[in-house]
Amino acid sequence: MSEPELDKDYLKYPHRTYGMDHDRYKWSMLKDRPKINWPDGKRLALWVNVGLQFFPLNQKGIPFKVPGGMTKPYPDLRHFSLRDYGNRVGIYRFFKAFDRFNIKPTFAMNTRIAERIPYLLNKIKEREDEIICHGFHMDAIHYGGQDKNEESELIKRSLDTLRTLSGQAIKGWLSPARSESDNTPDLLASNGISYFCDWVNDDMPYPFTSAQSNLIAMPLSTELEDYHVILNNQHSAESWAEQVCDACDFLIKESKTEGGRILSLNIHPWVLGQPHRIAQLEKVLEYVSTKPEVWSAYAGDILTAWTTDQG
Amino acid sequence: MKEDPGYYDYWPYENRPKIEWPNGAQIAFWVAPNIEFYELNPPPNPYRSPWPQPHPAVPGYSIRDWGNRVGHMRQMQLLDKYGIRGSVSLSSALCDHHPEIIELCKERNWEFFSHGIYNTRYTYGMTPQQEKDTIKDSLESIFKHTGQQCAGYLAPALSHSEYTLDLFAEVSSEMFGDDGGFYSCDLFHDDQPTPIRLRNKKRFVSIPYSLEMNDTIAYLVQKVPPRQYGQALKANFDRLYQEGEQSGTIMCIPTHNYQVSCSHRIKAYEEALEYITGHSNVWIATGREIASYYLEHYYDDALLDITSKLTKV
Repeated sequence: MSEPELDKDYLKYPHRTYGMDHDRYKWSMLKDRPKINWPDGKRLALWVNVGLQFFPLNQKGIPFKVPGGMTKPYPDLRHFSLRDYGNRVGIYRFFKAFDRFNIKPTFAMNTRIAERIPYLLNKIKEREDEIICHGFHMDAIHYGGQDKNEESELIKRSLDTLRTLSGQAIKGWLSPARSESDNTPDLLASNGISYFCDWVNDDMPYPFTSAQSNLIAMPLSTELEDYHVILNNQHSAESWAEQVCDACDFLIKESKTEGGRILSLNIHPWVLGQPHRIAQLEKVLEYVSTKPEVWSAYAGDILTAWTTDQG
Repeated sequence: MKEDPGYYDYWPYENRPKIEWPNGAQIAFWVAPNIEFYELNPPPNPYRSPWPQPHPAVPGYSIRDWGNRVGHMRQMQLLDKYGIRGSVSLSSALCDHHPEIIELCKERNWEFFSHGIYNTRYTYGMTPQQEKDTIKDSLESIFKHTGQQCAGYLAPALSHSEYTLDLFAEVSSEMFGDDGGFYSCDLFHDDQPTPIRLRNKKRFVSIPYSLEMNDTIAYLVQKVPPRQYGQALKANFDRLYQEGEQSGTIMCIPTHNYQVSCSHRIKAYEEALEYITGHSNVWIATGREIASYYLEHYYDDALLDITSKLTKV
């Protein structure tokens, strides 16, 4: 039996030059950039980002099963209904907590949620919170090798429909599972998106090169996400809260010498909206919102302040 | 394939010749920040996929890039604060991509050792000549950009062949004689240095680098909460410090800027560094310094002791 051989180019390094190994954005260390000042002398912008997600029961899983999606043979009622719990029950615990601590939440909504649950959409419209598009639904994954026309149509349909239903301009985007094709950023830009939140390579916004326009990458941490910490890492909700508070303390300290920072919390009502976990979210929101340095704001407002401060 | 790599003989962790580190220190403590470059679209390797997602692997690639853009400075400031010079496990292509980081490390007189060219190029499937070429390439890069005669090696992404350690010793001897290429971080069998048996008979040691204290193993594989990792670092130190009274031990913290420097984790790391460096009999050193000291003072005695303890069944 012969052993597999390496590609003849395996020892060639065509991108071994200054900067990144691709042309999507410029290499830059955070320390070398202008220091940012948030409005009213605040130091830490708090971006609470709530995923409102629809996981279809008839999941196709192309090209992979979305994390958090169906794992059992059809019909996987346990996962379908437990995810649905977030949109029926958990989210109303979130609303109460946000109002109690004066949090300005940004809602990353699957377009399919807006179509399927007008009550919830109207509730958010009345609150006048910012909505960003979280793709069509959790099983509509953008991926390398996807037909460009298919993806283009998917993005256009997701945004057109969400804009019509929400009445909002919808300037932000978060891909399901943060999965993209090489074409995704360009397609988003050409469909009127100003910022997207898939790339976790920075703590501050930065320009992401697109053929169509000036797309900005906004830093939405995966490492502090409730799903990642509690369900992937299997830490307790108490540990999640402790980690967020530690992050808050550290970022405030860092902001005093390095300029304004962002604490981004990507959370899901089907995870933290559970009765045994919600108190930990409340604890976090209380801890963070009572810091005089903290500015709770929508993602779009954080981006505007960042852009304005840069001149 | 062999049953055993054959680098060392069994050597029980009792009654070994006593090691005493400089100034009577009972433990040699070193921190090895991995400063790595992962490619967005590396060529495929038939034995291992670089990314779990299809290209572009945004989640995996971007968090590692975060380590270079944001995380590096955070850890560097911490090591400055506690008087620790990093021993950098370097993807040598980073010299080309991100020379700013190399300069920051050079200003602080940190050590660079080779961790291959890219962390997305695996040794698996290479001929010995190809592997030799990649090792040579990485050593040349480090020498060209830092002036250092690379002393240590950790195979890229811990991907090895049967020849990795031999090839490293041979290439480094061709380039630097005995001034380079004399320690390996690839073996995890001991808490003290071990003489390593190689084809070219070079005086060469394994320096404990610790997978167990590696932040990526802790956070990504074992998925421990930050404070638990901090506790593990302290417990690891406590025991090795205590045992070091009898004979000097080594503690290494291998780190990755995209893990340990996260805002929710750095506190636990800082507390451990403060705790460790707050003890009096600690030799804060680099990998090269530890290996050199051992080779000069204890290597020969160790070989005699090992030989004397080879008992037949």
